[in-house]
Amino acid sequence: MSQPNYGFLLASLVLRDFKIRYRNMTLGVFWSLLNPLVLMLVLTFVFTRIFPNPGTPHFHLSALCGLVVFSFFSLGWSSATLSIYNNAALIKRVPMPRELLPIATVLANGIHFLIQIGLLIGLTLVSGYRIHIYWLWLPVIFLLEVIFVCGLALLTSALDVYFRDVRYVVESSVTVLFWLVPIFYSFSMIPAQYQSVYQFNPIAAVVLACRTILMEASMPASSLLIKLTLVSFVFLTAGLLLFRRLKPRFSDFL
Amino acid sequence: MKVIEFEGVSKIYGRQSRQFFLRYLTQAWKKRRNEAIRALSDISFHVLDGESLAVVGNNGAGKSTLLNLVAGLTQPESGQVTVRGRVAALLELGSGFHGDLTAAENLRVNAALLGLTRQQTEESYASIVEFSELGAFMGEPLRTFSAGMTLRLAFSIAVHVEARILLLDEVLAVGDQEFRQKCVDKIFALKRSGKVLLCVSHVPELLTELCEHTLWLDSGRMVRHGPTAEVLPAYLEQAATQRFNRK
Repeated sequence: MSQPNYGFLLASLVLRDFKIRYRNMTLGVFWSLLNPLVLMLVLTFVFTRIFPNPGTPHFHLSALCGLVVFSFFSLGWSSATLSIYNNAALIKRVPMPRELLPIATVLANGIHFLIQIGLLIGLTLVSGYRIHIYWLWLPVIFLLEVIFVCGLALLTSALDVYFRDVRYVVESSVTVLFWLVPIFYSFSMIPAQYQSVYQFNPIAAVVLACRTILMEASMPASSLLIKLTLVSFVFLTAGLLLFRRLKPRFSDFL
Repeated sequence: MKVIEFEGVSKIYGRQSRQFFLRYLTQAWKKRRNEAIRALSDISFHVLDGESLAVVGNNGAGKSTLLNLVAGLTQPESGQVTVRGRVAALLELGSGFHGDLTAAENLRVNAALLGLTRQQTEESYASIVEFSELGAFMGEPLRTFSAGMTLRLAFSIAVHVEARILLLDEVLAVGDQEFRQKCVDKIFALKRSGKVLLCVSHVPELLTELCEHTLWLDSGRMVRHGPTAEVLPAYLEQAATQRFNRK
């Protein structure tokens, strides 16, 4: 029996997710741009007019770095957590590799991520920053974030089949992390004793790296890159292993 | 060559009293085993290449569980299920369809889900549409389709999957009389081309014509397994007696 090529299936699932989300909407993909832009404006208003924050130049750009990275993480993770449960009909009736469902959901969110990265780059150029050789690091850190979110999604989507509480744990974690990821504050404002711990949070690390690349035109610290790579692949491996253990009984629990 | 082989297969469904994590922890080792339902117990049979098998039994006999095991959708608790070759499950047709996507988009996603490659999908696209007789509606969102039209599309995709084994679970209730006849003809054509069929149906004439062997299940146990000409009449007689006694 020949091993079928799952690339086409994965691409079909990603496209399906993406199309369903924007079907019957007049503004379509512009929602991907509008959401972070509005949040950026609100945060900029609050943290430059209400709580003046003179230490951070180009606050709006700094905030957008955080928002773009965070919104992919939060939307990708929380929607992928439900991907197995929401596709119960497929799990029960179609013998396709189950891993593809959470991964396809993460990647469909990845399309929005790409659009928002375009927005971020556009705004960086408009704010007077120049294209730089270190920008080549951007795809690397964003790819690591996708890997990390895939790992998390595999873990929680599989667990959610057995314990439906998991989706609320994810929801709460996302809310908590909005505050614990440097979105509307800069990394240097974090007290020194917490900084190295922060770097182990991949999302905080990606935000930091993204700001270093775009706003300081330099390479992210290699210690940070190593931690980010390590944590991302540990989560991916753990996710794949746990998912493989749990998937044979999915259909009995849905 | 044995295409499908079951050796002492048992399948147990635990009753799902697991909603609460704490309750799960406290009860983990206590009760769960006694609450289990045996969907299949100690089933052994095999299907040779080119043969077809009818599975009969009352509701809850384990017919669907058996098909799910062949499709690899669920795993047995004990015993060994061996399946050689690609399986096309014509079970609940149209899983994965989405009302907001057009018929054409649903066709492509569904074909991918059933294991077709990009090239195979494009090659068989025209023939799927032609079989479904829905050519004029392929650009419409699926939610505008009637239930019969949706099933026609789903059936047309499913029979275009290149598989050695076909699982049929009451799928021949598709659309109007004319289309149903077309489906029956298609199934017979697939049978003649040497596919292995596993059929669950309440139409005995169809089973007699399609399947050489019949497996009779009752509450998860195998009652009889043998030539359809012997087992099917025995099953039908027993079912009739049961109905009579209940009256």
